[in-house]
Amino acid sequence: MSAITYLEAIREAQFEALRRDKNVFLYGQDINAFGGAFKATKNLGAQFPGRVFDSPISEDAMIGMAIGAAVEGARPIVEMQFADFSSVGFNQIINQAATLFWRTETPCPITIRLPSGGTAGSGPFHSQSMESIYAHYPGLVIVTPATVEDAYWMLLESVQLNDPVIFCEHKFLYYHLKADDLGQPMPLGKARIARPGRDATLVTYSAMLHESLKAAEELRLDGYEVEVLDLRSVKPMDTDTILASVARTGRLLAVGEAFPWGGVTAEIITRVSAEAFHLLDAPPMRLNSKDTPIPYHPNLWKSHRPTTATISARLRELLRY
Amino acid sequence: MSAASSSPASHSPTSPGAQAARDDDNLKEDFLRTLRCMIRARILEEKLGSLYRAGGRIVGGVYLGRGQEAFSAAAGIHLRWGRDVYGPLLRDQAGRMAFGEPILDTLRTYLGTVTGPMRGRDGNIHRGRPREGYMAMISHLGSLISVVTGALFARRMRGDLGDSVGASSIGDGGTSTGAFHEGLNLAAVEKLPLVVSVANNQFAYSTPTQRQYACNDLVDRALGYGVRGHRIDATDPLACVTVMREAFARARAGEGPQLVVGNLLRLAGHGEHDDASYVPKAMRDTAEARDCLQVGMDQARSQGWADAEQLASWQAQAKREVDEALAQVSKEAAPDPFRENWRALSTPHLLEGAHE
Repeated sequence: MSAITYLEAIREAQFEALRRDKNVFLYGQDINAFGGAFKATKNLGAQFPGRVFDSPISEDAMIGMAIGAAVEGARPIVEMQFADFSSVGFNQIINQAATLFWRTETPCPITIRLPSGGTAGSGPFHSQSMESIYAHYPGLVIVTPATVEDAYWMLLESVQLNDPVIFCEHKFLYYHLKADDLGQPMPLGKARIARPGRDATLVTYSAMLHESLKAAEELRLDGYEVEVLDLRSVKPMDTDTILASVARTGRLLAVGEAFPWGGVTAEIITRVSAEAFHLLDAPPMRLNSKDTPIPYHPNLWKSHRPTTATISARLRELLRY
Repeated sequence: MSAASSSPASHSPTSPGAQAARDDDNLKEDFLRTLRCMIRARILEEKLGSLYRAGGRIVGGVYLGRGQEAFSAAAGIHLRWGRDVYGPLLRDQAGRMAFGEPILDTLRTYLGTVTGPMRGRDGNIHRGRPREGYMAMISHLGSLISVVTGALFARRMRGDLGDSVGASSIGDGGTSTGAFHEGLNLAAVEKLPLVVSVANNQFAYSTPTQRQYACNDLVDRALGYGVRGHRIDATDPLACVTVMREAFARARAGEGPQLVVGNLLRLAGHGEHDDASYVPKAMRDTAEARDCLQVGMDQARSQGWADAEQLASWQAQAKREVDEALAQVSKEAAPDPFRENWRALSTPHLLEGAHE
């Protein structure tokens, strides 16, 4: 079997979701005949006539429309052209979709796909990681796949959930990441030990998993075995698996691509500090992007986000303590 | 009667909407249904206002539709509970009643009892039963237009739109939001059967219309969206009924969204906490400041559709209904934080544990 990319897995998951359930439909800008800005919906419009719709450039109304359709029992998958533009639909996501079940006991099965994260040359408005912002609000599930298998299976599972899902798919992984096949599903909500180790626990997700695995490999040359956890979903966060790992290693580094103030990495450290302070042999540490907008030029961009080199340096600091 | 239509498209004068509007028997029936909803809404809202002023029982604000009952109810009577989709806004007590919302739902939501549709989790005007086509507004103006549109969209996709129609409401202030623009534009692009009512009530909280929009008339915007526009003197119930009949008939006949602008003056504060002292005295004496309920009762008598005795009996009946409902709700339980499940997701295994 030929290799399948992360992007192809997302397309295949949408194909399968459309095939399985006639209530599923796709809604987004340029996604029908054009196949989407990244071709994540290539050919789906032709394969499922009347189920794939081009939307106007109206992120607020796109999400509102999906919510109304979901109330009627449909299961829309909304593609934001870039995660960054979901800010225009922010109100509908956090105030309408996320509160609907709590307020009215009406399920809101919508999946919002956010092409997320940085790639070289994309600049401040086509590079953002929004998971921390959305995770702050009650009533949303935040999924952050780092592998081809998870991109496929977690997207399928997201569409079947009766709650709104923010599906953060990383653009850097779209073409770079390949797998021989789609593997097996692993339930949403469980973290995965991507690399076992005994000296430190590195908790991460999405594209930063791959930088982190390379950093752990570098540290191996120095004789350290770093355990790397892939959160898979940042909300719910599999705190039990994190705590069990920290119990084995006594050290914690949390790595994320989002901005540094608050957010997922801060949440990881808060939970470990509050619930497993006695297990720690060193202060818990974290690494995020810099606290500026995301720069355009590759020289600046590579220094703005965490990379193998900066993660390795942080790990050494943690292990030296 | 003061009513006008404008359209970017050509429509034949014998369209189904125009024919329906000439049906006098139905006009009388629609008018009387509208008037009775107006009476019931006014009496219920007077009770809400007095409960608010008495203090202690209603926590939070009270937002009344005084003066807007005709415009609201004349739309609501065209909506069938369980078949059509309604996304009302804060001044739509009359429209909600016309749609079929029981008085109990209003009182239970204002008092926050566990028996109501919102169970104390949300209050006052933020109420609905979405699965029955009755959307529960959030406070962000304009955001329900796309939601109602989406419900219609899903029905059409699945082939079960039938003759269902959607309706949502907004005020002059709400027309300035991006959500209003995006929602109406999307509905127009999809040519879905949606009626959007704009109550041009002269003040968005305290802000007059000249600080809200620069067009001569809000109905002119219909042309820009490619939808049919209708303008009404919304203090005139007969005009409201006539124009809403046409707007809903056109929407159901597949002519796409209808934008109905009703000109009137809000005869209350933004909420009951607001004395509306910013409304100039001269404005209170204009035609827009007429009380539509008084006008409607006069019209009923002059048309020979209801006499004074009949109107009085409807008022007495509404008072009894409101008193009985309030007596019942007063005995019902308030929410208990220890019995509340505190769950914002419907999927139990995805709920997070407490990590405070």
